[in-house]
Amino acid sequence: MQSSLLWQAASIEIFIFIAACAVMLADLFLSISWRTRLHWAVIASLWVAAAASFAAVGNDPIVALHGFYVADGISNAVKGLILAAAAGSLMFSRHALRVNRIFNGDFLALVLFSVLGMLVIASAAHLLSLYLGLELMSLCLYALIAMRRENTSASEAAIKYFVLGALASGLLLYGISMLYGATGKLNIADIAYAIANLDETNTAIRAVLILGVVFTVTGMGFKLGAAPFHMWLPDVYQGAPAPVTLFIAAAPKIAALAMMLRVLPQALPLFVNDWQQMLMVLALMSLAVGNITAIAQTNLKRMLAYSAIAHSGFIVLGVLSGGGGAALFYVAAYALMTIGGFGVIVFLSIGGRERAELADMRGMAQRNWLVATTVAILMLSMAGVPPFVGFIAKLTVLESVISAGFIWLAVGAVLLSVVGAFYYLRIIRLMFFESAPASDNKAIVLRPSATLLLAAIAILVVWYGLFPGDLLTFFELAASTI
Amino acid sequence: MEFASVSLGHYLVVAALLFVIGVAGIFFNRKNILIVLMSIELMLLAVNLNFIAFSHYLGDIHGQVFVFFILTVAAAESAIGLAIIIGAFRAKKSINVDDWRAFHG
Repeated sequence: MQSSLLWQAASIEIFIFIAACAVMLADLFLSISWRTRLHWAVIASLWVAAAASFAAVGNDPIVALHGFYVADGISNAVKGLILAAAAGSLMFSRHALRVNRIFNGDFLALVLFSVLGMLVIASAAHLLSLYLGLELMSLCLYALIAMRRENTSASEAAIKYFVLGALASGLLLYGISMLYGATGKLNIADIAYAIANLDETNTAIRAVLILGVVFTVTGMGFKLGAAPFHMWLPDVYQGAPAPVTLFIAAAPKIAALAMMLRVLPQALPLFVNDWQQMLMVLALMSLAVGNITAIAQTNLKRMLAYSAIAHSGFIVLGVLSGGGGAALFYVAAYALMTIGGFGVIVFLSIGGRERAELADMRGMAQRNWLVATTVAILMLSMAGVPPFVGFIAKLTVLESVISAGFIWLAVGAVLLSVVGAFYYLRIIRLMFFESAPASDNKAIVLRPSATLLLAAIAILVVWYGLFPGDLLTFFELAASTI
Repeated sequence: MEFASVSLGHYLVVAALLFVIGVAGIFFNRKNILIVLMSIELMLLAVNLNFIAFSHYLGDIHGQVFVFFILTVAAAESAIGLAIIIGAFRAKKSINVDDWRAFHG
């Protein structure tokens, strides 16, 4: 009975694990000419797994491994998003990986293992499985960033990510130990049950629990990259090779959201007032720091990193207002837009040097109109201009914030987003209303596959902005089947 | 002869002190990256002490099992951290924290 349940609950994880092992073996024995096919095989398996996860969203929840593991609506939707984001980033990065000389089986195996860690986070019903998934994800990400060993900025980014990631794990673990000490339980449902049956008069236990909440929220804030725990994020995004940045900007955010949705509303429903207040501070600071600091940036990667901090503020808003479906929709839209944004940087870097400065975007409309149009659509969408998907995502999150009764919070978020519109629109001005410098003004010709991918991203951003209904009901359904 | 018994509170205070020393070591260390690795290790060991003290106090074995997992993961984490530092040292010929400041803003 138990074993058959495990197969059902973790079939996708087992599939990804086998794929990761197969990639490592295949890279040992196959010649270099097979690498392109290996890359496509990995992308295909990720898409298949994503489709399987999305198809399983409506199923009844399965609890397996004595309560360590659960496959419910949220976990299946999050898994589908993670797998699709990973597949999308691999599709965008094939050529750039070759340019960066990291087009090998190690890269693919590390990506697959970190995806496996994210899937474990999504399905964790126990703080131990949550921790193990988190570490599997993080350790692979550290190694991915450091893959270009001869590159000093990548090494520096890896060191920073490693140190602050380890600090975040330490804080999260300290919080988990406090929750364990106060309740004697590690299973998420058992913790909620134990807290509900707690003796009201015992203030010591309550204090220990509050301490646990503070430390877990801090640890998760680090992993999500929400201000004031964001200081690693711009350096890592800028220093890592562009194809790696593309990967770490999308999928791990989804996993961090899953972690928040697991721990806060499910394990600590009775401390909702305490963690809601902490998340409010996190959300407003992220929106302020992200949107205001991004104005001062001259590097596109760094600007997108600060924009990611601002977006994580909106994700946190979704979590604190109890809108799991809104947060899922926002993170899906964010992943789509960020893959497009960093994908453009990856494609423009093809000529051997990275065109990631804002100045490199000048006159882009004359040099390649498709790149300019796609970037314009992405920037408008990130700024939250209708009719693009970013607008619908912001709208749903704000709706759930208002229905939770925090009108001032929604007003603050909107005002800070208006500040953010400045730097998004500045890129559009550079592309369409300024001319390229004479030293670098030749037309940019992209490979057909790159053109196709950019067009696909632009169409998806417009399509889900115009017709978000299906996707919204899908994520609402996912968030309601716990 | 009667000894004052060591209570749960004493363990928690020691663990909290170790944890703070670890965090302070990460932020105030301006010399050597290896010391940062040691501080991370110290933080995780403080958490382990917490878990073991709670586990003994509650009479519940799960906390001690968690410690085994933390120890194993910490070993893997150190291995990856040292590998990153070796790669960084080869690229820059230094493991001095002050030499690693390429990014601004």
